[in-house]
Amino acid sequence: MHLMLGSEAMAFGVKLCRPQVIAAYPITPQTHIVECLADMVEGGKLTPCRFVTVESELSSISVALGASGAGARVFTATSSQGLALMHEILHWVAGMRLPVVLANANRALGGPWILYMDQTDSLSQRDTGWIQVYCASVQEALDMVPLAYRVAENHLLPVMVVMDGFWISHTMEPVSVPSQGDIDAFLPPRSDRLFMDLSDPQALGAPTSSTTFYAIKREIQDEMEGVLRGFLDYAKEYASFSGRLYRIVEAWHMDDAEVALVGLGGIIGTARYTCSILRSRGIRAGVVFPRFFRPFPVEGMRDALRNVKVVVAMNRAFSPGVGGQLTQEIKWALYSLDSPPRVVDWMAGLGGVDPTPEAIEEAVVRALQGEDVIWMENPVGPQR
Amino acid sequence: MIPKDELLHPGHPACPGCGAALSMRLALKALGKRVMMVIPASCWSIIAGAHPFFSLGVPLLHVPFLSAAAAAAGVRAALEARGEEDVTVVAWAGDGGTYDIGFQGFSGAAERGTDMIYVCYDNEAYMNTGGQRSSATPVGTFTGTTPKGKREGKKDLLSVIVAHGASYVATATIAYPQDMIEKLRKAKQKKGFRFVHLLSPCPTGWGYPEDRTVTMARMAVESGAYPLLEWEEGGWHVTQRPSFSVSVEEYLEAQGRFKGWEREELKGLARRVLLQWHRLRDLEGMPR
Ligand SMILES: Cc1ncc(C[n+]2csc(CCOP(=O)(O)OP(=O)(O)O)c2C)c(N)n1
Ligand SMILES: [Mg+2]
Repeated sequence: MHLMLGSEAMAFGVKLCRPQVIAAYPITPQTHIVECLADMVEGGKLTPCRFVTVESELSSISVALGASGAGARVFTATSSQGLALMHEILHWVAGMRLPVVLANANRALGGPWILYMDQTDSLSQRDTGWIQVYCASVQEALDMVPLAYRVAENHLLPVMVVMDGFWISHTMEPVSVPSQGDIDAFLPPRSDRLFMDLSDPQALGAPTSSTTFYAIKREIQDEMEGVLRGFLDYAKEYASFSGRLYRIVEAWHMDDAEVALVGLGGIIGTARYTCSILRSRGIRAGVVFPRFFRPFPVEGMRDALRNVKVVVAMNRAFSPGVGGQLTQEIKWALYSLDSPPRVVDWMAGLGGVDPTPEAIEEAVVRALQGEDVIWMENPVGPQR
Repeated sequence: MIPKDELLHPGHPACPGCGAALSMRLALKALGKRVMMVIPASCWSIIAGAHPFFSLGVPLLHVPFLSAAAAAAGVRAALEARGEEDVTVVAWAGDGGTYDIGFQGFSGAAERGTDMIYVCYDNEAYMNTGGQRSSATPVGTFTGTTPKGKREGKKDLLSVIVAHGASYVATATIAYPQDMIEKLRKAKQKKGFRFVHLLSPCPTGWGYPEDRTVTMARMAVESGAYPLLEWEEGGWHVTQRPSFSVSVEEYLEAQGRFKGWEREELKGLARRVLLQWHRLRDLEGMPR
């Protein structure tokens, strides 16, 4: 076991995957990931690898596009404003089926300027065609990277590995690091032929007909479903050497739960802790973590939530004019049940507002009293 | 000698008389087959062909409008990581994709000395979207977004890119194929960031008959409106002296995009077109 920051764990995960090209631009709270990787590359610990020090996120993701289009295993990382800036090219990478892996340290988007964590950045990229996998601990920040490459390269879809800014990126936890040999066996070099090749000149990304375009999008949807079917196999293989088995939908205390707390990322740890407090007060609570937000595990969520009365969606981002994106996804997944649970839209923390155990408890009580939309009266968080 | 090999196939969908298509045809004759090409949104995203057709004999990555230089840098990084050395990476972008929306990435790749040839085929406007002003559009040009004629002059990108420390910079055009091919060959032999600017007349955008594209390019050079230059470590030099057998006014008058100006006004515009090269005025044979 090594004591590591989330950012360091992520960088170690990346190193184990032997990326050939890294392009990144600094932004709090992602900076340590790329500084760590720059050290590894410059120090000869990660080789052969080219680290391209670009002038913006428009270019880091464009370098990733070019390098992946030329056949390399590529990594980039960003956060917040940087991810938003990449938006156009994120669509392009996914539409071209390039297996890029991007780490995003969640942070809110301005204005006004805000450094603290929420999930507006990643959830705003919901429709780009990127897979989104969330990390609930520092250990997961490492483990999700090899899994992400495996998924990306097997299904030819880009993957965004998302962790809480600060609450995971800047938090130390003990981490177990897999051996290079195990990761090499788990993740062989990229083997697709989807790239520029001098011996077989092709155009990648050429203009196409509407019907071909439609077919391409449909294939992406099929492949997304394939990810949901395939993930458990990759996860079992990963568990065979790491001892840690990850499921697409994780559930705790759900056997007899009447109220379920659902969230993405680091909030899951707090929710599990609060769950035991709630249970000691006679409230049968459980916790559900859809590890993937894209593809959204509809079946898994139905199975996990079909027997509860109330679902509290712990949103750490929202779509103004509607409500939490996570709430929408859950409602959509549960709608076709015969008697779906009531889904409560809790704005659990925006711009660094901290969903503390007390806040979670209060939200559950208010939800059980019948409130459908919950904004906190006394949110707490960093004061500047 | 101009190589016989054709790496731009016939049947491509460029407009008749397209200068940008001729630019590519000649450029690939100079660069050969071991080229990996990156093209952003532009007329050339169309000319390369719509799936399943493909007009080039080298691999091509289509990328978003602003991405050319950075995506080409990514291609280079991938080749380096794999140890593949004898490949020429080319970013091939229009004036909009270079002078305007792609300028940041262009500057970044140049500043990092990225090992690639960046070609800007300059038709002096956003032609793919029907002809609107770019910062490469000359003063006085009527375009869709400058209905009263462009007030500002052409951006001096050549000085900008030399100031970045590019290892080679040249201007060339299709009316002087030998000169153009020699420059691209030279660019190919160098390392680091190389920039080649190709004036590529556009019959639909400039308003002249489609069989006059080469003539337009020649008038641009002979009038002094477009000097054929080369920059290497030693500095600038002129590779083909203008004969001044035509005047800049005559060059402008031959094009619909300057129709509507009075003779006197055209004279003023012509003076400003020549003035844009003022930093190079000390060069041998250049107009003063
Ligand atoms: C981000 C973005 N903005 C606008 C466009 C629309 N667009 C496509 S090509 C083009 C103009 C290209 O001009 P230039 O680079 O000079 O190439 P040309 O078409 O003249 O060959 C524009 C504005 C786009 N594709 N992407
Ligand atoms: Mg143009």
